[in-house]
Amino acid sequence: MVYTSKRAPLAETTDQLRARIPGWGADLDPKDRPSVPKLLWQEDQTGAHWEFPECQPEKWPRERSIEHAFLTPVFGTSCPPRGLSGAVRKMAYRKYSEGRAAHWLLLLAADRVDAWEHHLRSFATLHPDNPITETGVASEFSRHGISSRVGKKRADVKHHLLDPLIVAGPWVLAGGLLVAAVRKAIRR
Amino acid sequence: MVYRGPYKVRVEEKEVPAIEHPNDAIVRVSLAAICGSDLHLYHGMMPDTRVGFTFGHEFVGVVEDVGSGVRSLRRGDRVMVPFNIFCGTCWFCARGLYSNCHNVNPNATAVGGIYGYSHTGGGYDGGQAEFVRVPFADVGPTVIPEWMDEEDAVLLTDALVTGYFGAQLGDIVEGDVVVVFGAGPVGLFAAKSAWLMGAGRVIVVDHLEYRLEKARTFAHAETCNFTEYDDIVVQMKKLTDHLGADVAIDAVGAEADGNLIQHVTSAKLKLQGGSPIALNWAIDSVRKAGTVSVMGAYGPMFSAVKFGDALNKGLTLRMNQCPVKRQWPRLFEHIRNGYLKPSDIVTHRIPLEHIAEGYHIFSAKLDGCIKPLIVPSGS
Repeated sequence: MVYTSKRAPLAETTDQLRARIPGWGADLDPKDRPSVPKLLWQEDQTGAHWEFPECQPEKWPRERSIEHAFLTPVFGTSCPPRGLSGAVRKMAYRKYSEGRAAHWLLLLAADRVDAWEHHLRSFATLHPDNPITETGVASEFSRHGISSRVGKKRADVKHHLLDPLIVAGPWVLAGGLLVAAVRKAIRR
Repeated sequence: MVYRGPYKVRVEEKEVPAIEHPNDAIVRVSLAAICGSDLHLYHGMMPDTRVGFTFGHEFVGVVEDVGSGVRSLRRGDRVMVPFNIFCGTCWFCARGLYSNCHNVNPNATAVGGIYGYSHTGGGYDGGQAEFVRVPFADVGPTVIPEWMDEEDAVLLTDALVTGYFGAQLGDIVEGDVVVVFGAGPVGLFAAKSAWLMGAGRVIVVDHLEYRLEKARTFAHAETCNFTEYDDIVVQMKKLTDHLGADVAIDAVGAEADGNLIQHVTSAKLKLQGGSPIALNWAIDSVRKAGTVSVMGAYGPMFSAVKFGDALNKGLTLRMNQCPVKRQWPRLFEHIRNGYLKPSDIVTHRIPLEHIAEGYHIFSAKLDGCIKPLIVPSGS
């Protein structure tokens, strides 16, 4: 036991484990584990045939972390920054390093603005956002949503009553404030 | 698949990706998967996840086109693509740290490039699509061996290798008591891998009985449902002769459930970068001078981690994203030898058109979902 120098023996011996579990001990020797040693030189093993990669063309001023010396030679080109969310994102990259909370908080705020921008824009298209199909909630009925949750000891069950309140609460509150503001304006 | 905002995705026609660099390839996806870490994006927790972005870092497919500089792949090759994007020659790649490549992610220096993992991961569209751009085609992808099943191959692009890597980071020695927090795909593979490395005992902790059942049958592990105990840390101590486990593996990541206040502040209100409950349980459950291995996904946002306990206990904390390609040769051997059968954890095969439902059931843990695969149209 732990309060002396001895520790409790394991319930199974090595031989029992080897018999019960396929491959037990196949990588017992750490040298057989692929990422050991950590900094093993990979000369001629990566498939790279360059010392420094050719640079991908920059089609627009690509936002980048100010911790980088320059734009990396290869980068993703999905979703260039646009609109108000794009302006916030550009500011987050231009002004703050990854070490600053402001950098990440601005990016998270821009994500929320981006979602709203696209949500509103979708109403002006033939393909507006659809909360039923896009959230996949229909699977609650087609994929055992109810039976998966009821009668089971699931930690998330205690959230279920609260979740609608948390999701709908800010909307109700904002609506109430709006009504109050309009009524106040009318009374004037 | 495109992201429309927290908890919303839909299928849209996008332009087929183009060759943008001489070493690019375009891959027609034949099979993809949803990963637990995609849920961080889906829940709106990962900074700079833009509307219109396509997720998916676990995929296999057929080479459709190659850039002028590509030497090792040809059109028609059936390839598996590691979730990391990496150049092969920077300071980190030269030393085998492929997940830490410095030449592929202009948006951040702390993380390398990852397919479909927000602009924090470099802004590359992912593989939950019909086509995907694969940069550094001579470096990342590998032709799938003839004998390998495609469903096994897709799990070798992240889930299995990450689980194996998590066990490896634990520096397991013969007879070690290993506790794994999380019985999702990565936790199941970590538990299975711990045995390969000589663990004497493997305990898996989760809150979903169907996943714990899989941990018992698939990973031969003892299990603990934390909802059955007032304090799972005390239970871990009781199970380990009040010593604590030699190695604790956090296979949960930042959105750990189990605490109402943290669920509200993180998952719902996005006021912090997810709750580090699993990591704190790992720190508390491991013995003094033990090792905590972390490969559950955490974003760049701050989380309240019990660093003082880690210090006072003299713990070794090891963590990284998995350098996938470095693990492949050894894991190919294990699969051939029958020690691992990754596709045994697949529970759902969902057409790309129904991906919104796929995300919902995986996120809400409905229908006994452990690992959903996504099948693109025409595959």
